[in-house]
Amino acid sequence: MMAWLPSSNSGRCYCLLLVLLAVAPWIFQWADQPFLLDLLSRGLILAIAATSLNLIMGFGGMVSLGHAAFIGIGAYCVGIPAYYDFYNGWFHLGLTIVVSASFALLAGAVSLRTKGVYFIMITLAFSQMIYFTFVSLEEYGGDDGLVIYLRSEFPDFLTMQGPVALYYWIFATLLLTLFLVHRLIHAHFGRVIVGAKHNEQRLQSLGFDTYRYRLVCYVISGVICGLAGMLLGNFTGFISPEMMSWIRSGELIFMVVMGGSGFLFGPLLGTGAFVFLEQYLPEFMKFLNPSWLEYWHLPFGLLLVLLVLFGKGGIHGMLSKLDSRTRQSGP
Amino acid sequence: MTRPLLRIHGLCKSFGGIVATDHVDLDILPGIIHAVIGPNGAGKTTLIAQISGALKPDAGQIEFNGRDITSLSTPRRAQLGLARSFQVTSVFLPMTILENVMLAVQGTAGHSYRFWRPAHKDPEMLDEGMAYLQQAGLADRARHLAAEMSHGEQRQLEVAMALAMKPRLLLLDEPMAGMGLEESARMIRFLARLREQTTILLIEHDMDAVFTLADTLSVLVHGSVIATDTVQNIRANREVQHAYLGEEHA
Repeated sequence: MMAWLPSSNSGRCYCLLLVLLAVAPWIFQWADQPFLLDLLSRGLILAIAATSLNLIMGFGGMVSLGHAAFIGIGAYCVGIPAYYDFYNGWFHLGLTIVVSASFALLAGAVSLRTKGVYFIMITLAFSQMIYFTFVSLEEYGGDDGLVIYLRSEFPDFLTMQGPVALYYWIFATLLLTLFLVHRLIHAHFGRVIVGAKHNEQRLQSLGFDTYRYRLVCYVISGVICGLAGMLLGNFTGFISPEMMSWIRSGELIFMVVMGGSGFLFGPLLGTGAFVFLEQYLPEFMKFLNPSWLEYWHLPFGLLLVLLVLFGKGGIHGMLSKLDSRTRQSGP
Repeated sequence: MTRPLLRIHGLCKSFGGIVATDHVDLDILPGIIHAVIGPNGAGKTTLIAQISGALKPDAGQIEFNGRDITSLSTPRRAQLGLARSFQVTSVFLPMTILENVMLAVQGTAGHSYRFWRPAHKDPEMLDEGMAYLQQAGLADRARHLAAEMSHGEQRQLEVAMALAMKPRLLLLDEPMAGMGLEESARMIRFLARLREQTTILLIEHDMDAVFTLADTLSVLVHGSVIATDTVQNIRANREVQHAYLGEEHA
């Protein structure tokens, strides 16, 4: 009935996954693998960004090739105040929300007047505009980027200092994002967004001004992605315009499609697979033959193509197929 | 004399060199079923599209309920009480039958900037949705996916959705298209019961349906209305027989 919700079995799996993510720092600490916590932190930040893209792309059918711009905006909303030794986290947070919402409103108002390829092109154009703006800002490092020496400070609240504390900030943001998207999609608002993906003309003749609803959805998505950028800036401690290049936007699309576009947990799965492969495929290639290391993109691309071709509905789709198959053969 | 609910005046629309709507004047009186017939390519669907707002006319005026709606968008017209069903079935296939109708109820029930409560549990929308499904004879299958319905049932749902908008004027674009005899008969009974509920502008190829349902008939040929009259008079009209009925009822 509600195809985007995991069926009960996989629902349980996703709950387990979230529990595992919640205790991951302890496991890594026990296993003495601080690097894995780093990798996971980065993965979850990207998962937040991919989930925000899934909201407009997977549920709403708006394929944006400029979503990484919001990551950059969020990161610079931490970086630029930090450049002036201004580390108040509430200020960073407020600035991120205001700037990414404004940019989403502007870019969305223009791009949502178009559809399909034109929409993709205009979102791309807007993100490139932002990209080159930051490249030309010599004061903030231009092409070379900016180092953030201290993380956002939330006095009398929760600290972001230390890898574990930051991890829980990221994890909490991810949980909130998933919950928000879930509620949004099933609320009256979400029905309009999902409906417009399938048949916009029909929805308009039912009395919905689809343009406005989509614009609001685009702004919500942009703000969430901006928050991911704010976390990423804090996490890496170094930001540069490269974070918002269109290649990053393309990777976000891949993460969503790989995991299962239009499924709540799809982007989380896709990001996990993406980050894992990006990290360990080169090592695997090196293991096979040291001279192959440089060519790890080749099998990486091949895997992506295969997944898109044969794994309809991405990883989530394959898992639910497996789920229904075991249930059929089971007692 | 009663004021017409819909008044079309001097409506023109052409695509390149093809004139699809040629100075159409048409008055639809409230409370009746007004059918528009005409051979293929006469511009019937183009006319509906202009009334519903999907197409902008080149010239002319459309007045609805005493208000000039020529420049209003489709959603605005729908809010004012203009509902449309499509010639090509366009229900939301991945949603359930009930979800489809509830979406239609939602469309005219104020704004949908409601972000938190699940829509499918909204008791008012549920009740209303079920009521319309009952009327369309689809209530027992409410929880099935629209994709699982037969073609005839999808057409029925299409009309139920338009009805769920509580329209003042219902534009039906060939509701019987592609239906078998039995399905058509059921649709005719369904539409006949709507007479008290709303005014209907019916575009239809099925002559039996038109003669059973319609109070008034307009004949559209090459984009212009050549006659508007009662069903009996149209049947007796020579020009009409020549232009249209002759071809099929010879």
